[in-house]
Amino acid sequence: MNNARRPSMIGDALAQVGAAGLFLFAILAAIPKSLRHFRETLRQIWFVGAMSLVIIMTCGLFVGMVLSLQLYYTLAKFGGTAALGTVVALSLFRELGPVVTALLFAGRAGTSMTAEIGLMRATDQLSAMEMMAVDPLSYVVAPRFIAGIVAMPLLACIFNALGILGAHLVGVSWLGLDNGTFWGNMTANVDVWTDLVNGVWKSTAFGAVIALIATFQGYTTPPTSEGVAYATTRTVVSSSIVVLALDFVMTAFLM
Amino acid sequence: MTQPRRSFQVGTGLFILLGFAALAYLATQTTSVANHTQGDSYALKAKFSNIGQLKQRAPVKLAGVRIGSVQSIMLDQQSLSAVVTIGIDKQYQEIPDDSAAAIFTSGLLGDQYVGIQPGGSPVMFKDGDEVILTQSSMQLEDLIGKFLVSGDSSKAPPKADADGPGTAPPAKP
Repeated sequence: MNNARRPSMIGDALAQVGAAGLFLFAILAAIPKSLRHFRETLRQIWFVGAMSLVIIMTCGLFVGMVLSLQLYYTLAKFGGTAALGTVVALSLFRELGPVVTALLFAGRAGTSMTAEIGLMRATDQLSAMEMMAVDPLSYVVAPRFIAGIVAMPLLACIFNALGILGAHLVGVSWLGLDNGTFWGNMTANVDVWTDLVNGVWKSTAFGAVIALIATFQGYTTPPTSEGVAYATTRTVVSSSIVVLALDFVMTAFLM
Repeated sequence: MTQPRRSFQVGTGLFILLGFAALAYLATQTTSVANHTQGDSYALKAKFSNIGQLKQRAPVKLAGVRIGSVQSIMLDQQSLSAVVTIGIDKQYQEIPDDSAAAIFTSGLLGDQYVGIQPGGSPVMFKDGDEVILTQSSMQLEDLIGKFLVSGDSSKAPPKADADGPGTAPPAKP
């Protein structure tokens, strides 16, 4: 039984990846038409971006604070606490900012996209749109996809900024590091293109991947309440895996 | 109906503005862009026999105050020495032309910078002048090498005692 199932599981996974790839092309083809629904896109940016601000800002602040605390402890062993600003900024811009924001984004915005589209599917709203000659790809899916791509890098930048503020709060105000050393070392060693902008590109790619997975899972969910529940779970699981894997690949090739 | 629609549009606009403001803040305050010299500058040349790890845009300091940055580093084919062009901010005009330039390291492992030690000449540097008195960067390896060599002689008896002169020869197989 087990032996007979294994190939079909691999086959299922491959079929899922293939279907998601085809879905991506369908979305890209629907984007020109979706530009007519500009308001809807704006509403989605508001929903996935602006409504995620609270969680992103809080987490950014705390990640920056704990990063400062932990790295201070580590650097103190080498007598290199002067490099705290540099190390915090580099790890935030290059790695933690894009990745943690993407994981939070998958949990906060990806799930709601999947659940919303999945419920539209389960309650036959998508079929109703097709009946009324409204393409659900260009009216429902594409605006969410664009919103994911637009909102993710902005959220990552806000996360980074709050992280730096948190690190400054702990490092300078609490641990007593010199203010000038903190900023001076940071500005001397952090490059705007190789460090900051590469992180922004990474977060843009993460936004596209999360939005693709979330809309794909919602669009292809079995039209039952159980199906929607599974689809939502799968969104979080596969987005997290794909984001971390893609992070490694992009870091290896881009930086 | 228009009221809620307008409010989310304004909110979306604010969100996008906030995101770009964060990006601009990060780019201008936390990266090397913050170190760019803003105003006009005039160029001085200085020849060094060894510049160590000096890089472009490294700071130029006088009495610890940043007065400019390294603009370019080239190799002089004739003398086989490094020619460093440094840009000094226009507001610092009064630097005597017998001042010396040296390459220092901030901290033990920090970045390298060009330090200007002011001289006493009544004539000031002008654009394109060359700094004659220069001192190359201190190489940690050279210092260690010199220390190991001098450790064998009787110049530093306490250190030689602590290190044990006998341990030096077996250390290089």
